[in-house]
Amino acid sequence: MVNFLIRRLIIAILVAITVSIVGFALLRFSGDLAALLAGENATQEDIARIAKSYGLDLPIYQQYFNWVISALQGDLGKSLFTHEPVAELILSRLGVTATLAFSALALGLLIAIPLGVLAAVKANTWVDRSALVFSVAGQATPNFWFALILIYVFGVWWRQASVLGYKLSELSIFGMQLSGLPISGSATWQHFIMPVLTLATTIVPALMRLTRTGMIEVLSSDYVRTARAKGLSQRSVLFKHSLRNAILPVVSLAAVQLGFLLGGSVIVETIFALNGVGFLAIRSIERIDFPVVQSILVCLACTYIFLTLLSDIINAKLDPRVRLS
Amino acid sequence: MTKANSSNAPGGEAIIDVSGLSVDIAVPAGALHAVNDVSFSVGPAETLSLVGESGCGKTITSLAIMRLLPRAAKLTANHIRFDGQDLSRLNEREMTRLRGNRMGMIFQDPMTSLNPVYRIGDQLEEVYMRHRGASRKEARERAVFLLEKVGIINPGQRLTQYPHQLSGGLRQRMMIAMMLMCEPKLLIADEPTTALDVTVQVQILQLLRSLQKEFRMALILITHNLGVVARMADKVAIMYAGRVVEQGSVEDVFDRPTHPYTRGLLHCIPRHGLTAGHDRLGSIPGIVPSLVGNISGCSFRNRCSFVHDACGTGDVPLRPVSDVHDYRCLLSPEKLGETQQGVAAQ
Repeated sequence: MVNFLIRRLIIAILVAITVSIVGFALLRFSGDLAALLAGENATQEDIARIAKSYGLDLPIYQQYFNWVISALQGDLGKSLFTHEPVAELILSRLGVTATLAFSALALGLLIAIPLGVLAAVKANTWVDRSALVFSVAGQATPNFWFALILIYVFGVWWRQASVLGYKLSELSIFGMQLSGLPISGSATWQHFIMPVLTLATTIVPALMRLTRTGMIEVLSSDYVRTARAKGLSQRSVLFKHSLRNAILPVVSLAAVQLGFLLGGSVIVETIFALNGVGFLAIRSIERIDFPVVQSILVCLACTYIFLTLLSDIINAKLDPRVRLS
Repeated sequence: MTKANSSNAPGGEAIIDVSGLSVDIAVPAGALHAVNDVSFSVGPAETLSLVGESGCGKTITSLAIMRLLPRAAKLTANHIRFDGQDLSRLNEREMTRLRGNRMGMIFQDPMTSLNPVYRIGDQLEEVYMRHRGASRKEARERAVFLLEKVGIINPGQRLTQYPHQLSGGLRQRMMIAMMLMCEPKLLIADEPTTALDVTVQVQILQLLRSLQKEFRMALILITHNLGVVARMADKVAIMYAGRVVEQGSVEDVFDRPTHPYTRGLLHCIPRHGLTAGHDRLGSIPGIVPSLVGNISGCSFRNRCSFVHDACGTGDVPLRPVSDVHDYRCLLSPEKLGETQQGVAAQ
């Protein structure tokens, strides 16, 4: 197990280094940052002065090392616009995004796994077919559309938006009423109901199908036949002997989806006016606030790397063949 | 029912008595008659061997007794009497109380029959805990006891290992120990040595034999190896295309094979002294008929050298050769025996 962990950790670190280089380079080569910062009417001297003050005149590798060293000390630089430290900017919004992502993942797993097991046990019956219809519909529905339907149903049709934490006037369609809307701090738990539902709907189908496929395969395996020949209860056959084997690929997928939720809930954050990291990223890109964009990019990548490592560890915990070979 | 069906074991009363067992499997083309009207009984410490080629219905027969048939399979029987109950009429809940407890089954491939994600100990103990309401500690003691029984050195350590850390032979011993945790009266072994090395095969068979005598279990041994039958079994049922074509005591069937298929099978065993170019190893020409749809008449007729018009119509009943020996053919043993001389002389 220790060997396995060390091996995985080394790989994770190598990937993190690669990502930081690529992320850094992409942004630096996307244009002359000093010229952009200086504005349209800046003189050559202005640009040079700005380049010097931001360290943009140094050789590129020097810039990279400076950035990495200060980043490792927790200093991600300052926003070019608000002049707040980037680390604080991200951290202040991380709560919203993390709450959203973890709640959606938990809800998604709570729906997907039992449904997948049920569909596998009742394979090719109407139960299974209904689950299939549900999952295809869920997969085919864009989440912004589902979000709008939720807003329509709760806000317009039921007029219960306040229950869900919103005043009707706060709700935005296509993100057009966003300025000055609830930001982190003012968001209550009710605010999260609709966005979490929306995000859960997007991750349930794949998780459920994978659980079903895995369970069908495992249920026809020799060791499940053995478990039945031992006279074990249906519950033990399904949840002890089958699910633990069938769940291994689901863990890996869930890790990837959590990464996607942490980084990719931009649309949902925008529609529901939740000021999370995704929302910050979009704004910073619009304003070419490169220290922020660069930091979010690398943080996201590191999150992915960490989640992959975590899913490897969970799989090793679940399957002795992984950890003992 | 003739006497060959009933137990002649010294232990007396049969442990398992199967009568008129049939299994139909729903396939797109209709019903596949996988097992037809199979009857036998096995007494305490007695071994019955089910013999036949792949697809002849021997595994389906044993899964039917365990009531572990796939959903598409439909079981009918006059009765499957076991432990004072008729297994063919029990519901799933009643069956789970018997499986692993009063009856056990060992499978062909020990590499895939144990759950890869749980320790051996956990997999053995759960049977005892479930059926005997035992504590983890009692179950552990019982598991150690049985691992010693199946010849495992250092059982305490083995119990903490995972299946993938053990060899095939060890895993099959674990399976046997697992199925014996509750001292079942009936053990079904479905080709328990097919997947193992030849040297290990002998050890496992000897182990099964000695444990069977010790626990006085009825053993149903499924195999296609006639050498194993001769070594292990008291009684044998030769199956072909879902039917028993000949059954009786091993001595009778091997000394006086009567059905043309049994003779063909015995002729297919390589014998010592058989040399290339001199004697050819026997084979049975032709293929097994489809079991889908109407299957009246003798199922062996398209491969049989004695075939005549009567073979194609009506059911061929089991007929006695002797008190403890039945065969399923329209011709008399004498008639079949005459040409047998000719086959042997070829």
